Amino acid sequence: MEQQYYVEMRDINKQFGDFQALEQINFGIEKGKLIGLLGPSGSGKTTILRILAGLETAETGDIIINGQVVNDIPASQRGIGFVFQNYALFRYMTVFENVAFGLRVQKWPKSRVKERVNEMLRLVGLEGLEKRYPSQLSGGQRQRVAFARALAPEPQLLLLDEPFAAIDAKVRQELRRWLKGMISTVGITSIFVTHDQEEAIEVADEIIITNQGRIEQIGKPVDIYRNPTTPFVARFIGDSAELENVHLFPGFEYAADQIKHAIIRPEYLTVYKKGEPVEYPNSVEPGVVVQSAFRGTVTEYQIRLSDGTILTANRLVDTAPLAEGEQVQIFARRLLAFDEERAFPVENICLAGVRPYVI
Amino acid sequence: MKQKQSGPLKWVLIGGSAFFLFVMLILPLIYVLSTAFREGIQVYIESVTDEYAVKAILLTIRATVSAVVINTLFGVFAAWCITRFQFRGKKIISTLIDLPLTVSPIIAGLIYVLTFGRQSALYPYLQKLGISIIYAVPGIVLATIFVTFPFISREIIPVLTAAGTDEEEAAALMGANGWTIFWRVTFPHIKWVLLYGVVLCTARAMGEFGAVSVLSGHLRGKTNTMPLYIELLYQGYDYTGAFAISSILVVMAIVILILRSVLEYLGKKDREA
Ligand SMILES: Nc1ncnc2c1ncn2[C@@H]1O[C@H](COP(=O)(O)OP(=O)(O)O)[C@@H](O)[C@H]1O
Ligand SMILES: [Mg+2]
Repeated sequence: MEQQYYVEMRDINKQFGDFQALEQINFGIEKGKLIGLLGPSGSGKTTILRILAGLETAETGDIIINGQVVNDIPASQRGIGFVFQNYALFRYMTVFENVAFGLRVQKWPKSRVKERVNEMLRLVGLEGLEKRYPSQLSGGQRQRVAFARALAPEPQLLLLDEPFAAIDAKVRQELRRWLKGMISTVGITSIFVTHDQEEAIEVADEIIITNQGRIEQIGKPVDIYRNPTTPFVARFIGDSAELENVHLFPGFEYAADQIKHAIIRPEYLTVYKKGEPVEYPNSVEPGVVVQSAFRGTVTEYQIRLSDGTILTANRLVDTAPLAEGEQVQIFARRLLAFDEERAFPVENICLAGVRPYVI
Repeated sequence: MKQKQSGPLKWVLIGGSAFFLFVMLILPLIYVLSTAFREGIQVYIESVTDEYAVKAILLTIRATVSAVVINTLFGVFAAWCITRFQFRGKKIISTLIDLPLTVSPIIAGLIYVLTFGRQSALYPYLQKLGISIIYAVPGIVLATIFVTFPFISREIIPVLTAAGTDEEEAAALMGANGWTIFWRVTFPHIKWVLLYGVVLCTARAMGEFGAVSVLSGHLRGKTNTMPLYIELLYQGYDYTGAFAISSILVVMAIVILILRSVLEYLGKKDREA
């Protein structure tokens, strides 16, 4: 049985002149989900949102919302709420008028407009600022107005283009949590664009990763993080360091000729100080600490291997600290190997059981 | 240190500029006004209420109002198209809009004479329809529109470009139609520059001489605008009359100058708010 999606894109292609901005975009989103559209700048994220909203038209493909093909339905009738990257608040209208705009355009009765605007402003915590103009608000407040304005006409789908990009780092963290909470309160199907993987992983129920106009991978944050399926995702997600000489790490020799490239992440590594008990003494590689940074619960170390590769590894804060220049031993549980088309994890032979295998 | 050294030079430059302005602008203005009134207020009033003078003033007002109205509509429309749509030939259109700024007004006048005059292929049809353009009021209005038509669109285009399309798209997504989007979202952005353009357009339209002169035929009381009438009086050695009419244009110019400054100030304040 085919899965029932609320929003779907099928075989979407989009060109700007000779430039292929989107190539064979296919995805489906279930009702009520919060989706993160993640990818580097210029990878086509905004274009996907704009096509969904009807602000751009694709050359080929279908857009389906709630079981209906909406290709030929104009933007104004798709019932989509859109929060623009720079919010696009109406500069010459007050906060109240901004939020009321959509309702007035859709001919809501006057008393209902007032009621709804006040309800929205209460929801986003902006009561008392009705009479302000956008220029008299902080970045975070503007975002809230944009959010209230998009939600006021009760859209069936909410699209947010880099909602946190214009906000300074301190407030961003708090706003993320706020937005996630807000969207789950309202219960609206939402897609937000970001180029910040941390943001996508923290906020989204599901992530769509874009690169050069194509979709690389779709999945739950934890799946994408653990099992990237393409080389791009393997490199893009996580705090990855590229390994030049895979055979350097003892325990991976068995797979060395199948592995062309590999990356290694901090969470795959254990760092042993001299004198600490080592679980698999035959499978450790020596290294030198070049830098350390305190990160709260962990301390992050940059460690140089004998071939010059620098790896990042963490140690819990209650373990003995390592000094810069100190000789250490590193054990790698896992590598993320990839060739031109796919990525796959490789376990250390010590952990892989009696019969080691490569997926 | 540097400030101090440039002190004397600064004053020399400021003094020089002030002197230049005085000789070039203030002195002539004083001269215009004093000549206008030198034979007493009675003669002044007679000069400006002369039958032909009144007709010239009315014609100038007519040409100016037509030019402003038409150019406002055309200017807003052109600016909107140029900044909001992608189409082939856009570059050519925006260059053409600026043409009147680079073409001598006399040439502009001649273009219309060639297009609508006796030697034109259109002339027989126009005559059949009973429309006369050359040496008639329509020609004067046409010439005035031509020389002033870049003023408004050129003021609006940069503002519309800077404002971007995001707000309009946001409005469209909420279901607003083009008319609502224009009046409620776009128009507030261009309000002040539009007024500013109208003021500049008015000033230029009132004072236009060259193009109008070619098309007018100088029919006293029929096709003479104020500048043309002034020239006529001047050539007839009626200096008092010429300067009396001039004084009206001068006063209008000063009013426009003040209006312009006020609009610039209001526009700036509005943008900063
Ligand atoms: N209107 C346009 N005209 C031409 N190229 C465009 C247009 N909009 C986007 N592009 C191009 O399409 C690509 C994808 O853009 P976009 O969707 O904005 O990327 P993202 O939002 O992921 O940064 C970029 O290379 C961009 O330059
Ligand atoms: Mg973008």
